[in-house]
This record gives sequence, structure tokens and C-alpha cells, in this order.
Amino acid sequence: MTISRRTLLGTGAALGLLTACGSNTGRGGGGSGGKGPRLAQWYHQYGEAGTEQAVKRYAAAYEKADVQVQWRPGNYDEQTAAALLTDSGPDVFEVNGPSLDQIRKGQVVDLTDLFDGVKDDFDPAVLAPKTYDGKIWAIPQVVDMHLLYYRKSLLDDAGVEPPRSLAALVDAAKALTTKKVKGLFLGNDGGAGALGITPLYAAGLESVTEDGEVGFDDPAAARALGRLRQLYADKSLLLGAPSDWSDPSAFTQELTAMQWCGLWALPAVREALGDDFGVLALPPEGSGGRPALPVGSYGAAVNARSDHKEEAKDFLKWLWIDRTEYQEDFALSYGFHIPARLSLAKKADKLKEGPAEDAVRYSTEYGYAQPLLWTPASRTAYQDALSRIIKSGANPESELRSVMREVRAELARVKKKR
Amino acid sequence: MRRTLPGRKPLGTQNRTLWFWVFVGPFALGLVLFTYVPLAWSVYLSFFDAHNTVSPTDFVGFDNYTSMLRNEAFTGSLVTFAVFSAFIVPTTFVLSLALALMVNRMHRAQAFFRSVFFLPAACSYVVAALIWKLSIFNGVRFGLANTVLGWFGADQIAWLSTTEPPWYWLVIVTLRLWLQAGFYMILFLAGLQRISPTLYEAAAVDGARPGWQVLRHVTLPQLRATSIAVTLLLVINAFQAFDEFYNLLSDSQGYPPYARPPLVYLYYTALGQEQNLGFGSAGAVILALVIAVVTVGQARWFGLGGKEDRQR
Repeated sequence: MTISRRTLLGTGAALGLLTACGSNTGRGGGGSGGKGPRLAQWYHQYGEAGTEQAVKRYAAAYEKADVQVQWRPGNYDEQTAAALLTDSGPDVFEVNGPSLDQIRKGQVVDLTDLFDGVKDDFDPAVLAPKTYDGKIWAIPQVVDMHLLYYRKSLLDDAGVEPPRSLAALVDAAKALTTKKVKGLFLGNDGGAGALGITPLYAAGLESVTEDGEVGFDDPAAARALGRLRQLYADKSLLLGAPSDWSDPSAFTQELTAMQWCGLWALPAVREALGDDFGVLALPPEGSGGRPALPVGSYGAAVNARSDHKEEAKDFLKWLWIDRTEYQEDFALSYGFHIPARLSLAKKADKLKEGPAEDAVRYSTEYGYAQPLLWTPASRTAYQDALSRIIKSGANPESELRSVMREVRAELARVKKKR
Repeated sequence: MRRTLPGRKPLGTQNRTLWFWVFVGPFALGLVLFTYVPLAWSVYLSFFDAHNTVSPTDFVGFDNYTSMLRNEAFTGSLVTFAVFSAFIVPTTFVLSLALALMVNRMHRAQAFFRSVFFLPAACSYVVAALIWKLSIFNGVRFGLANTVLGWFGADQIAWLSTTEPPWYWLVIVTLRLWLQAGFYMILFLAGLQRISPTLYEAAAVDGARPGWQVLRHVTLPQLRATSIAVTLLLVINAFQAFDEFYNLLSDSQGYPPYARPPLVYLYYTALGQEQNLGFGSAGAVILALVIAVVTVGQARWFGLGGKEDRQR
């Protein structure tokens, strides 16, 4: 078959159009306006108004590179994980991690040297999960935490004290449940996802120990998870709410008297309920228990496949280490978060009053961070078991035994030499 | 004999080849690039330890396959979708056939009812799932279903959050029936309209009673080819269930173990936070083999492609 020049040109144009349909990552060879290289920076979509404008303002103020911010709605963690497999990912990105496998596969750049002289000023609870092999792989941006919100007036009306043990929480939720209002909202799945491993810590245990062993091979774990089943069986839990646990609507709309939610919801709760609410950690289980709540942090990381790794590191140092006024603004001016820098958290006026002050105190006294060794595979196995315990009344001991087998296998995998 | 306009060349073999590739080429290229290459790559990945990489180096042989087949979460999801398929395929088949028979008998407003029943097929699974989840079957007192139950003094039901009884199946099944019955009704309608009226006349002359007897001995045998096609499509569709399950039951922290079809499990394994692409690929290959075996087995059972079909 002979192909004429016209055919060839037409086919070339069509292929050109096809290739032009690729995704725009914001990356490019060089910046505009003489600002140095162009860096693509990705953030997940924050719910708080003004955050997007703020991070774009910070990026525009950087002199040494042309930083293009991408605000990405949808399943952000999956988007970044997929983008890191290709050459078209971001240069710098916000990450709910990085995960152990992302570090082990060399997908993120070692940022340890950026912390020279300031490492002690970062909250150790959120710095620990960013640290592996003695190196730091992301800069914590802000500290977030989950809390138990309770409505003071509803507890007073029912003659119920703020619960100080998991058993008391079960009783309180039952006493607060009426035909119109449920006692407690732990998420539409009954708490398997939102509470996760927090009940293990409330029982004085851990998910994975520092030595990399299973941390809940103890009867207290089954007892703590059994309490959650009791809440479900008593019909004290709100289930099937239009918005899930991370949104305070069920609490502010009086569908529930208590709700497990995030610190980020505190301004919305205060606006709706004034001073008629308090906050708690998850109460302890048994004599060996302790109050517990998870603290975590999105971090800023550099993509190891970036063509501008050094420039990207310089930018992150400037943004999240040197420019403390931006960090304070990012944490406190839009949503409600604790700055990751201890010095900033101490001087923040918003964190010195009422439930916010309690929350900050709980985060330092009772907060735990999800260990890096608690991998997604372990988390899925545990959450499945917890769901079966809560909703189907499965035996906690046997379910936990099965989870321990899977977690041990996963720990053996990640301990293998790379 | 081919007629040509004066002064114009007939369409030669060379031009025919060119135009064939102009029209077919882009689609063939797309098929190869976006279907066959990823498929082959997925099979390749399934023999490697491929955490967070699509270019793995650690060959593990059939380890991913054996682990996947021993994995209770995956085998549980296979059971879930088998139960789901066993229920949804005959239900959708009967409902869409009943709708087609009803609409076919209408002498007035047939086009209107055909459109009304077909319209949900144009709705996105995601949108429909969110309407079902947030407005009709939410678990609070102002959800539509719970409001209706409240009129009769019944308690609120957390439709998607209770496993005993498993009310979530009612939500999933009604959603799928609403979305799909209209489409298969159109297929049956097309089949019904191809049946010659003389067959019904002959049946009447032979004394067949209208209704069940005619349906059984005339209509259903004449719909054989359509019925086989509809059943095959329904089975494949049920095996590939993802959208409505994912949107009805997932939340920001994951997905409950009940009512989890295999594709949802594989999505979390391979593409979610786990990023275990070798393990997920092995699951995808196993699932594809299961679908292929069931589909071929079903076609054999119906005698599709047999002597009778070739004579048609």
C-alpha cells in the first residue's frame, strides 16, 4: 500500500492531537519570568475556604522557582500513588504518609538535612511516622487529631457524666439514646474505620511495637473491641447518617449526643452549639488502659523522579521550615489544626481556650501516631475483622488471632532486606 | 455489475485498503494500546513482587496466585458476587421480559412507556447510587424509606449499615434493577417485534389459549437468541459490578467486608493505598479466567454456536 503525503500529514496531525490530550501536571522544563525552574506542587482538596488561595499565595511569593500549585479533588492518596509510578507526577506534594512501601521503593527523597537545627521544634508524635531508617522523608505540615465530642446539655438532661471508661461510654450512649437522638456516632460503619486501632491503645496496647512485633496479643484487645459490639447491639449507635463521621453535621443537627470527629470540626461545632459541648479522648479500657486518640499529619515530600529534586527541597525548606508565619497562617487562619512546630503551637491564642485547649492537651498527653509498620494490608485485615465483630457479632478473640497472623506475615515482608 | 460515473475511477483495491485502515486503524490502535498492552502487562506483573512499582524485578512465580486464592477477603468477595449474580441475573431477566411483554401489548402510548422505562439506563451509576444512599435509603428519620416506615410506626432502619438482616441487598438490587431493566427491555422488545404475527394466528387456529400457553410455546422459543444474549450480558455485567457497590458502601476509611465484589477488593489492593500491583494483577487474572470459564460454560449449556444456531 502506498501512503501519500496528504495521508501521512493527516495521520500525523491526528496522532499529534491524541498525544496532546495527556494530563497536565503543571511540570515543565523552565519557569516563566526568570523565576528558575517550574515546580509542580500538589495538595489534596481542603474543605476550609481560603486554604487554596493561601497556598497559591505562598507559592507565588517564592523567588527561586515558578511553583505551580495543583489543588486536586477526589481520591488524592490514590492519585499521588499512581502518579509516583510515572514520570508525570508532581515535584513536591502533600502526602498522607509517605507509606513504608513508598519509602522502601525510593519514591520519595530523603529530607533529613532540612531539619538541621530545627528537628527538636517539630512535634515528635507526628515526626516519628515520617522517619524510617533514621531518615526523615516528609515535613509535617500541621497536626490533626480525632476526638470525642459530647453535648453538655443532653448529658445533663440524662444525668450522665462525661464517660471516663469504655464501659461508661457504653452506658452513657445507651442512656442518651431516644427515639429521635442516638447516643453516639462513630461513623456509618459502626466505628471500624474511624476508630480503627484507637481502642487497642485505649486498652493500653499498641498496633505494632517499636521492635516491629504485633502489639495487641493480649486479652484486653478483645475486651476493648467487644465494647464496640455492645454499643452496636444496644442500638446506641447512629448508623446511616447522610454525612459520615468526619463531618460534624450529625452532631450539630442533634441526630446524636456524642460523635467521634476531627479537631478540624471544632469551629463549626462552636458556631452551631456555642459552649454547649466538650471534648474527650477515647476513654480507657480496664485497669491497664489509658485515654487514647490518634494524631496524624499530612507531610510535604519531594518526588524522587523529579528533574528538580534539589530545587524542590530548597522550596520545601523555605515554605515549611523557614517561613514560620506561613505555617501559622496555614494551620490557624482557615481550618483548625495544631501547628506541627511546637514553638508555634505554644503561642497560638486560638489554642488557649475552652475545648481547643483541652484538645491540645489531650494530643500531647494521650495522642498516638499510626506506626509506619502498620501497613495498608494490616489495616484492611484489622478493619475487616473489626467490622465483623461490631456488626455480625463475630468472636473478637478468634478474629484477632486471624488478624495477628496476617499482620505477622506483613511485618515479615517489610523486614526483609530490600 | 458495478456502475461508475463517467470520468471517475472505480474504487480500487488499493483505496479500499486505505479507507479500511483510516476507519478501523484508530480503533485497533486504541484497542491494542489501552486494552491488550495493559492486559499483557498485568499478566506479567502477576508473577512479580510489585509493591509501588510497575517495573518490578523480584520474580515470585505463582506466589501471588496462591496467596490470592488463600486470601479470605478475595475468596469471600468471589462468594459475594456469585450470590449476587445468582440473584440479580434471573430477577433482571424476568423483570425486563415482563416489561417488554407489557409494553409490546400496548396499543396506545407505547413509545411513551418504552421511553419511561428506558430512561434510567441513561442515568450514571454514581449519581443513582448517591441518590439511593443519601436520600432514599439513608438510615436517619428523614430518609424517604424511613419516613414511609415511620407512618406505620416502624423503627428506623440503617439500610446500608446492618448485616442482620442484610437490608443493604435491597438497596443494591433495587438500584441495579432500576438502572438496567429498561435496557434489557428494549432488547426483548426488539426480539418480540421480530416474531411473525402468522405464528400467533396459527397457534390460535390450533386452539392455543392466549396467555401462558402462547407465551410458553410460541413467544419464548422465538426469543431464544435474544434470551441467550441477554443472559450472557447480564452475567458478565454482574461479574463486573463495581460502581454501585463502591458508591453505596465505601467511605473515606475503606469498605466493609460484606457485599464486597472482587473488583472493589482488587481496586483497594492494587490501586488504593496498598499499591500491591503484583498481587492485584494475579487477582485480576483469576477473575478474568472465572468470567471466561463461566461465560463459555454458559454458552455451551445454551448450545450457542452449535448446529442449531449455525442453521439459523
